[in-house]
Amino acid sequence: MTHEDVLPRVPVLRRGYRFQFEPAQDCHVLLYPEGMIKLNDSASEILKRFDGARTVGGIVADLQANFPGAEGIEEDILAFLEVAVERFWIELR
Amino acid sequence: MNGSGSSFAKPDVVVGPPLWLLAELTYRCPLQCPYCSNPLDFARSHEELSTAEWIEVFRQAREMGAAQLGFSGGEPLVREDLVELIAAARELGYYTNLITSGIGLTEAKIAAFAEAGLDHIQISFQAADEDVNNLLAGSKKAFAQKLAMARAVKAHGYPMVLNFVTHRHNIDNIERIIQLCLELEADFVELATCQFYGWAELNRAGLLPSKEQLVRAERITNEWREKLAAENHPCKLIFVTPDYYEERPKGCMNGWGNLFLDITPDGTALPCHSARQLPVQFPSVREHSIEHIWKHSFGFNKYRGYDWMPEPCRSCDEKEQDFGGCRCQAFMLTGDAANADPVCSKSAHHGKILSAREQAEQGAPLEQLQYRNEKASKLILKA
Repeated sequence: MTHEDVLPRVPVLRRGYRFQFEPAQDCHVLLYPEGMIKLNDSASEILKRFDGARTVGGIVADLQANFPGAEGIEEDILAFLEVAVERFWIELR
Repeated sequence: MNGSGSSFAKPDVVVGPPLWLLAELTYRCPLQCPYCSNPLDFARSHEELSTAEWIEVFRQAREMGAAQLGFSGGEPLVREDLVELIAAARELGYYTNLITSGIGLTEAKIAAFAEAGLDHIQISFQAADEDVNNLLAGSKKAFAQKLAMARAVKAHGYPMVLNFVTHRHNIDNIERIIQLCLELEADFVELATCQFYGWAELNRAGLLPSKEQLVRAERITNEWREKLAAENHPCKLIFVTPDYYEERPKGCMNGWGNLFLDITPDGTALPCHSARQLPVQFPSVREHSIEHIWKHSFGFNKYRGYDWMPEPCRSCDEKEQDFGGCRCQAFMLTGDAANADPVCSKSAHHGKILSAREQAEQGAPLEQLQYRNEKASKLILKA
């Protein structure tokens, strides 16, 4: 998929997947049937912005505005989304 | 519940949170599977925790960091307060898993559980073939009911795990099993060769597949994995081999008292669901807080760290990966739970595994299996 294909699409968590903060682990996690993925800060910042309406492009713009010093932020976001789609954590609608 | 009592915590061992809480709500079950992981003397245990006691366990474990909660048994559907337990657990922030045979499940219950916030339902099958399934489950109607409920689970929007416990009498049908799971739109399929604990250990000679059967099943599973990947199909096939065919033991439970906390129907806390058979004193949630149990109890600290290991584990450079294997298997096969798991080729008792493999080349007919029921359990209690 090219950037142009991905940017207008709306990312959502796969059915049965839940994103939440775990105080005991001091990090965000993705919970799914009998499993849990610990997320790093960048992945958490991306997933926090999933609301069922915002597009990938919208998430990129928002993160760029919030972290103006970070370089190559769009590449990083798209790379994470690609992995998450491949592993069936999320879907792009 | 109080937090008092002496501490057996080991100063040099860092203990993480009990991320996985398994609530074995009851040992009651309408089925009689001969590979059940419940203890052989389950008939001894009739004093189930009350609704309020369970919810207090959930609250305390959640505070300690538990995130996944499995409702299991026995058959958890037998508990009439299941909706209430699900709602309380979900409210506390757990990811809630119902692990069921599907017997006793109805569309109305599936809807009520969804309303209460249940996240996921796992249905276990005994075989893809109606007759073998019913024979193994000890029930004539089991298979049709399971199919209907698997379809209803998906229709209600749950993610679904289908679990097939495989053994020498059904593993040759693995292709049919995989096809059935795909037809039912399972999100995850566990093809788990039965592990030899509880009733399965009693029936090992009749259940362990031959090496040839296992190799064939794994090859077919891998072919299906490739096919699914090529289609970008989301279903994930999980194949669990019996450790009897390994030369190194499994890192059982990711280490003793490391991330798994099992509470049995009467409130006994265990580091794994078969640990009850060990000659180790385990704490009860009726007497101690979850924090005390997890951090300080004798039972949960017994095999933490490495200081308890005799040779060949003590000096083994793989001990930090496999923790010497499984304490229950070491106990069942050598009489001493601290010994190396005999699956390990370095174990002096490895011959027991080798002879079990030889025995698996012969096998035993289905009729010789000891089915898991109250009568058999009481007979075993007397003996």
